[in-house]
Amino acid sequence: MRNIGPILTVVAAIFVLWYAGAVALNAPWAYDKAKRANVEITFSEMVADTMQQKKPKLPAPHQVGKEIWKTTGEMVAKGRAFSKRSLIYHSWITLSATLLGFALGTGLGVALSVGIVYNRTMDMSVMPWVIASQTIPILAIAPMIIVVLNAIGISGLLPKAVISMYLSFFPVVVGMVKGLRSPDHMMVDQMKTWSATKGQEFWKLRLPSSMPFLFPSLKVAMAASLVGAIVGELPTGAVAGLGARLLAGSYYGQTIQIWSALITAAALAAALVAIIGVIQKVVLKRMGMA
Amino acid sequence: MSSVISAKNLSLTFQTNDGPVHALKDINLEINKGDFVSFIGPSGCGKTTFLRCMADLEQPAAGEITVNGVSPAEARKARAYGYVFQHAGLYPWRTIGGNIRLPLEIMGVDKAEQDKSVKEVLELVHLEGFENKYPWQLSGGMQQRASIARALAFQADILLMDEPFGALDEIVRDHLNEQLLELWARTNKTIGFVTHSIPEAVYLSTKIVVMSPRPGRIHDVIESTLPKERPLDIRDSPEFIEIAHRVRDGLRAGHGDD
Repeated sequence: MRNIGPILTVVAAIFVLWYAGAVALNAPWAYDKAKRANVEITFSEMVADTMQQKKPKLPAPHQVGKEIWKTTGEMVAKGRAFSKRSLIYHSWITLSATLLGFALGTGLGVALSVGIVYNRTMDMSVMPWVIASQTIPILAIAPMIIVVLNAIGISGLLPKAVISMYLSFFPVVVGMVKGLRSPDHMMVDQMKTWSATKGQEFWKLRLPSSMPFLFPSLKVAMAASLVGAIVGELPTGAVAGLGARLLAGSYYGQTIQIWSALITAAALAAALVAIIGVIQKVVLKRMGMA
Repeated sequence: MSSVISAKNLSLTFQTNDGPVHALKDINLEINKGDFVSFIGPSGCGKTTFLRCMADLEQPAAGEITVNGVSPAEARKARAYGYVFQHAGLYPWRTIGGNIRLPLEIMGVDKAEQDKSVKEVLELVHLEGFENKYPWQLSGGMQQRASIARALAFQADILLMDEPFGALDEIVRDHLNEQLLELWARTNKTIGFVTHSIPEAVYLSTKIVVMSPRPGRIHDVIESTLPKERPLDIRDSPEFIEIAHRVRDGLRAGHGDD
């Protein structure tokens, strides 16, 4: 890992800024408390206080870290990894919706891109709608998707996955249309000289050619899926999932809980994208394209 | 000698934004079995377009063309020809063997037969032992040889080659020309060969078709008097130089308008 140095430098810079921000934002409350108690506090006492408030405006990193540990590692140690107070449980709820939505979105995206590439009518008609679909604020239609699906008896995981799919199919369509069209005229002519069928052209030429375009799309789609799953939990009063944690945290002013859910979500997204990155590396290397 | 490719009054016009371009006009040509025919001419003379007509990659606007006595479309479906493009066009995710196997897979040839053909054609282009290498592991000349092997793999009697050595340096090109002649002598295929190079055309061909542009037409057809056996130094013989001279004159005359 030759880039570990720069990464650690950036992480250190983030921590410094974060601590500075925590002191600056939480200082008024520390002074307020002191004033009400009629005591004078020194600067260092103030700083110490900003690091350990119960409902800070901006929790310090170690507070968030402690909260995350309390709701993950400690729960595991107690054998309650999947209790309702465990972030592992909530992450799993969100992750399952994310993965299902990602799978559906990838499937839909690939299907649409094949249609667009092979069917002139779809080529002319579908793309504007695909783009229009992404201009609608997801927060506006997420509740409707949930209500509509509920009305036909579908609830739980699937509605959230549908919202994830709605966000994640877009990058896949765009990337795969470009990828499936990436073989040059010569290669397509070559297939014609062998009297290849459309199916053979697709499986042997167009699909393998599209792989370098597919993986970057999948990375964007995965991140979008996670956002979709969290957004799907927000407007519905969901009781479980990272979105529900965010919502509950904001109801009760539990900033530490909000931040720990946020950080967990970010870590989850990073891990998922990294997994796709590894698969990309292996696949493209084996295909002689990396 | 039987005619393999026959064109009568063949014309083709491309519609462009600047008006119609007459790519081919009143082309008449007979190619006999076992011929090595080169098409030479400046850019825009329609030599590649003519080759593509034979391969059913372009549709003529007027006139008639037959390949093996049938239309190019039927000939293509009957896999009558192998086509070598200017670039090797090997699939990077397939090995050399896998690339050669590709048309065979498409044609539904069974596995044992595929293995046999791959071995045979690799030997023909002197790439034995490279079956499991990937294209990026080969030089440009070797890649082009693999591409020729691929066009030979399914035993078509006709080989159409569109400037196959155009992107290679002269030393490699000389070498490949020699090998191509050897391959032609061994397989007795009918070859259509598009080129920019006068020495290449004269060295390889039994028949040289000199074309001129705007509209694309045949200016001269030269039957080569060179023997079939051609060592590289035949290019210094007076006979060779005379044919080359006639080709050059033809190119200059056809190009007189600019």
